[in-house]
Amino acid sequence: MTAHKRLRTKTVVLLALMIVAGATGDVLLSKGVKQIGELQHWTPRALAEFLSSVFTNATVWLGIACLIAYFVCYMLVLSWADFSFVLPASALTYVLVPVLARVFLNEMVTPLRWAGVGCIFLGVMLVGLTPPSTTRASADHPAEQD
Amino acid sequence: MRTAFFVAIVVFASTLGEIAITHAMKIIGEVHSFSPRAIFGVLGRAFRQGWMWTGFALMAISFFAMLALLSWEDVSFVIPATAASYAAGALGAKFLLHETISRTRWLGVLLVSIGVALVWMGK
Repeated sequence: MTAHKRLRTKTVVLLALMIVAGATGDVLLSKGVKQIGELQHWTPRALAEFLSSVFTNATVWLGIACLIAYFVCYMLVLSWADFSFVLPASALTYVLVPVLARVFLNEMVTPLRWAGVGCIFLGVMLVGLTPPSTTRASADHPAEQD
Repeated sequence: MRTAFFVAIVVFASTLGEIAITHAMKIIGEVHSFSPRAIFGVLGRAFRQGWMWTGFALMAISFFAMLALLSWEDVSFVIPATAASYAAGALGAKFLLHETISRTRWLGVLLVSIGVALVWMGK
């Protein structure tokens, strides 16, 4: 595998992990908080009870674990890839969330929302055509030039 | 006016925060090994970077400005408005991180921004 191909493969794999973890985390958090029910009163007592049910909810903790995994992948991929490559790609979370919400939470998704999903998908595909890293000076990485 | 000011804070603080985090990770250098031990090592080094904490502080400012904004504006307005972060991020990447942004990448970023706004307006 050439250095170029290897870089692209590891970028795509980490971005995929990041997006799946981010979207799953969002859906789990939303599911967990909905299991607890709406916060009715804003008194300190009601707030304390709400928070204690939030932090003893297993679904919420699974969601938090997914979001930590998301952030670790984000940091790792930024150690080599362009920010202007990773940022638009991270918007794929917005593509996955409506799909997961439709499948697992049985939420309705409007046509306008699907149009947005299509736009994001197309945009990320276009960004994907560009090289993941444009700031690596080849002189700094002589060992990687296959 | 107050809304425009807070949207600007959300967009600029989150963009600058992520740019600071990117800069911190670029100082650490490309990660080659993905064993748990290596990953913990990278994270340990990352959290000793001043830029990393600068990034977290800016993202916290953005988060609280977003919460404030949500207290008087609807979420279906707030998120589409902050979709401008994608364009701001690309500008920051070009001028602060010196990334090369080709026409194709600009077009992709633009489509993503429009798409994020549409997804939230369609909620």
